[in-house]
Amino acid sequence: MKRLLPHPVLTLVLAALWLLLVNTFTAGHLMLGLLLGWLIPFATASLWPQSVCIRNLPTLLRYVAVVVYDIVLGSFRVARLILGRPASLRPAFVTVPLELRTDLAISLLANTISLTPGTVSVLLSEDHRSLIVHSLDTGDATTMVAEIKHRYEAPLKAIFESC
Amino acid sequence: MLNTVIPIAYALVAFAFLFSFIRLIVGPNAPDRILGLDTLYVNTVALLVLLGIDLGNPIYFEAALLIAMMGFVGTVALCKYLLRGDIIE
Amino acid sequence: MLDILLSLLVLTGAGFTFVGSLGLLRLRDFYTRLHGPTKATTLGVGCLLVASSVYFSTHHTLSLHEILVTLFLFMTAPVSAHLLAKAALHLGVKSLAPVPPAAGPGPDGIGKPKP
Repeated sequence: MKRLLPHPVLTLVLAALWLLLVNTFTAGHLMLGLLLGWLIPFATASLWPQSVCIRNLPTLLRYVAVVVYDIVLGSFRVARLILGRPASLRPAFVTVPLELRTDLAISLLANTISLTPGTVSVLLSEDHRSLIVHSLDTGDATTMVAEIKHRYEAPLKAIFESC
Repeated sequence: MLNTVIPIAYALVAFAFLFSFIRLIVGPNAPDRILGLDTLYVNTVALLVLLGIDLGNPIYFEAALLIAMMGFVGTVALCKYLLRGDIIE
Repeated sequence: MLDILLSLLVLTGAGFTFVGSLGLLRLRDFYTRLHGPTKATTLGVGCLLVASSVYFSTHHTLSLHEILVTLFLFMTAPVSAHLLAKAALHLGVKSLAPVPPAAGPGPDGIGKPKP
């Protein structure tokens, strides 16, 4: 089972992507999508050694909602800062210590940080234990780090690292 | 109302093109130019989507998808070159 | 009603695209310039794509493949921003904010030559 169907989640995602790409929903395309979704992970299984574990589906959905909300909010904030006076910005590099250990969770956290209010993730330390973040307009660095940890890191830890 | 809004949107996107292009030309250094180029790609996606709505033709979407992908691959390759001095090691 | 929604989405989308590129032109160092295109422009194009999806779904048949480009952009924008920032740190690009030693071109920063 594990050898024949290495990544069931990836299979479903690929089938959905195929249906979106052809932009029609018919039984034939569903079959073709599922076939591709099975064939591609099967053929490239050696490139994906770790299997993904997802727990806490409600937490995942809530996390997605929070991130979408923050993306919209963040863009409005950045737009206001751009239209304001550039000289009054207080940019800073801030180091965020990481508790996450899996690569997938760390990359998702870095992506989330880049898309949400006023921060872009810049550099992951070589031992994967801290992330340097560039912030466009920093009020207080410690509250910013605390908010990132509480708002994004804790749910990611619950979703991807509890098994 | 959509018919009055679309020319305004064209103008805004055109200015976005101009600004990114200025950044691409002025620099002053390589990452800035790459950022300008990357933004130009994303602006092109915006323009194609807008054209699709304006002309009522969904065919422009395929071009937008391809340009989005090529833009990403190009940016990654250029960054990799800056970081390592090589693209494929 | 639909017309107003569409117009609003198109206008917001184009507006954010404009503001993102304006930030690219206006801000004063590379790292702050990075913020405009990654956030504002991405959301702008996202808005335009949603508008396109709504437009074609109501005028022709259901059209959802715009979601594909939106997802793609939202996944790739942070990755290219991260790589650009890394490349800029590697080259020691001028920054308004003090660069932390772990990131600067020093003996223990990423600027050191790779073996």
